[in-house]
Amino acid sequence: MSMLLVQALNGLQFGVLLFLVAAGLSLVFGVMDLINLAHGVQYMLGAYVAATLGVWTGSFWLGALLALPVALLVGLALEWLVFRHLYRRDHLSQVLATFGVILTVEEATRALWGSAPQTVLEPMALTGGPLGGVEIVSGLLYPTYRLIIIGVGVVVPLLLWFLVERTRAGMLVRAGATHPAMVAALGVDIRRLFTVVFAFGAMLAGFAGALASPIFPVAPGMGDTVLILCFVVIVIGGVGSIRGAFIAALLVGLLDTIGRAMLPDALRLVLDPSAARQTGAALASMLVYIAMAGILFFRPAGLFPGARA
Amino acid sequence: MNRHPINRRRFLTTTAATVAAGGFGFTPSILRAQSPAVKIAFVATLSGPGAALGTHLRDGWLAGVSRLGNQLGGRAVETLVIDDELKPDVAVSKVRAALERDKVDAVVGVVFSNMLQAIVRPVTESNTFLITANAGPSTVAGKGCNPFLFSSAYQNDQPHAAMGQAAQDAGYKRVFVLVPNYQAGKDAVAGFRSRYKGEVVDEIYVPLSQLDFSTEITKIAAAKPDAIFTFMPGALGVNLVRQYRQAGLAGIPFLSTFTVDESTLPAQGDAAVDFFTAATWAPNIDNPHSRRFVQEFEAAYGYVPSNFAAHAYDAAHMLDAAIRKTKGDVANKPALRAALESGEFPSVRGPLRLGTNHFPIQDFWLCKVAKRADGKFQTETVRKVLTADTDSYAAACRMG
Repeated sequence: MSMLLVQALNGLQFGVLLFLVAAGLSLVFGVMDLINLAHGVQYMLGAYVAATLGVWTGSFWLGALLALPVALLVGLALEWLVFRHLYRRDHLSQVLATFGVILTVEEATRALWGSAPQTVLEPMALTGGPLGGVEIVSGLLYPTYRLIIIGVGVVVPLLLWFLVERTRAGMLVRAGATHPAMVAALGVDIRRLFTVVFAFGAMLAGFAGALASPIFPVAPGMGDTVLILCFVVIVIGGVGSIRGAFIAALLVGLLDTIGRAMLPDALRLVLDPSAARQTGAALASMLVYIAMAGILFFRPAGLFPGARA
Repeated sequence: MNRHPINRRRFLTTTAATVAAGGFGFTPSILRAQSPAVKIAFVATLSGPGAALGTHLRDGWLAGVSRLGNQLGGRAVETLVIDDELKPDVAVSKVRAALERDKVDAVVGVVFSNMLQAIVRPVTESNTFLITANAGPSTVAGKGCNPFLFSSAYQNDQPHAAMGQAAQDAGYKRVFVLVPNYQAGKDAVAGFRSRYKGEVVDEIYVPLSQLDFSTEITKIAAAKPDAIFTFMPGALGVNLVRQYRQAGLAGIPFLSTFTVDESTLPAQGDAAVDFFTAATWAPNIDNPHSRRFVQEFEAAYGYVPSNFAAHAYDAAHMLDAAIRKTKGDVANKPALRAALESGEFPSVRGPLRLGTNHFPIQDFWLCKVAKRADGKFQTETVRKVLTADTDSYAAACRMG
């Protein structure tokens, strides 16, 4: 039973990380109708910058904090260089151009940092003490850092909700998403608004990267796997809906984790052990996509269809 | 090692090292120094997720050539570095070009087994020597052995089997196995089980794109095994090692192959200390040749050499000794083959022989990760597990 609790925590924490990446993607997608494949490399850059600055300053936390403004600046620069010219284009041009950004940024990263995984400082003491981890089941420490991530996963969605639903800027963003011409006519600089939204999304991705860097390897291509899962999250949650992204991310995280934990054992009831292991492993890695297909069948617009869906 | 969905167009076919016709006053035969350079195509994966290993392999070769004064067997050497991009079709077309257009005298390198399998026929059918400095799939070690194929490394199964023997020797009763769900992962389990006779509590297969190991780590904690055995190359291993340590499981011995080595240790750092691996060589191996290799390599490239680098360094010395024996006549294939077969070359592993299938007969070590006084990490030998080990496919090889 306590094992199930631990696995549920694992799933939640994985879901939270997915949400942080997916939120920025969904925001940009929903508000600006921009398909940004390069979101994954922005996540990667966040992780690289946090890792490097962490080693530089000698503190993981300082590195992660400093990575935020860097991610914001990179977002602004990319918006100015590339994305600004894509808002009025169709989705195919957006996919092509942002794909180009992926190639460029990945190669630049490789040139700057090399292709080996990067050194990341431990955010918490490695062994013992309440700082290292909490012993939920005997013999297994649940790292405190992962509990912190779950905490972040509670705070960030609330903050986002507050920003979008309860502030003037959020109101403009919502209005700009549905009636850009009207908002512009009222004297609001839509371009600047979009720039800000885009940069904010980039910063969220960078933040997720920095947060994930002690858990996931900081290596070339790290953005690709996450990006694919994030698209799954957005499709399940409903395009452009932050609430949908949150629920879908937790769903995907939990489904993936519980599936991996239970499926091979469950299959052993009907198959012989070695076949159960192989099929279980294969099935568990497909589970998320099967769920996506199922949800799309019954609700083609996702669980919580957003403004532009 | 998530595969990139992207069809990247790059041409990294760079001509790396050249010339050095120097030493006129010192070399006895000026004529030989003026004969055209020996051309070597060095194939490695230098882009994509496997690039870190390719870099080690290439740098090991270049360090070897540089140690030998940019000469092989007294003749100047020119290396064409070829990036196979981890795509069989790319590997074949680039290697074909090197054979037909550049007329290389030998092909060396190759990180991944599927790349070697792709180029084996084009190279050997053109009667060109192919020296693998890493990949050693069973297909070329047994029935498929080839008079033109040599290995300066090992057969793929051997390190896993060595780790199985180490687990057996340590008297572990219950071992938990965790590998990626693809052919090499399954081979690793088979190799381990060929020598480990205790109970395997559970075998978990994870997708190659696995990000988080918390699910599996929870299962390991629940199973309370005497040790775990894993094969998690590259970034997967970085992840697993850190998370294993973070979960406080380091008390359960961590037995692995290709999971903690000098290519991943900079990223794993303290988390990997005292974790085990099986290898033919480690930077602390105590012979003058090896010591000089480590020292010069670190000075030149700024990182600690791995087994990949060591085997490529050995490949350079292997060719050097063989070409020297033929007095620089690389066109005399039978003489060159006989010279290579003798296995007489200075290896960083100490003296070794080649088996009938042209793979080394060598010792395997249980190694452990240690932090050096200068703060860098390296693997260090603990004890010899297998002495003069021949791979299990050699018996099936009939040359000719």
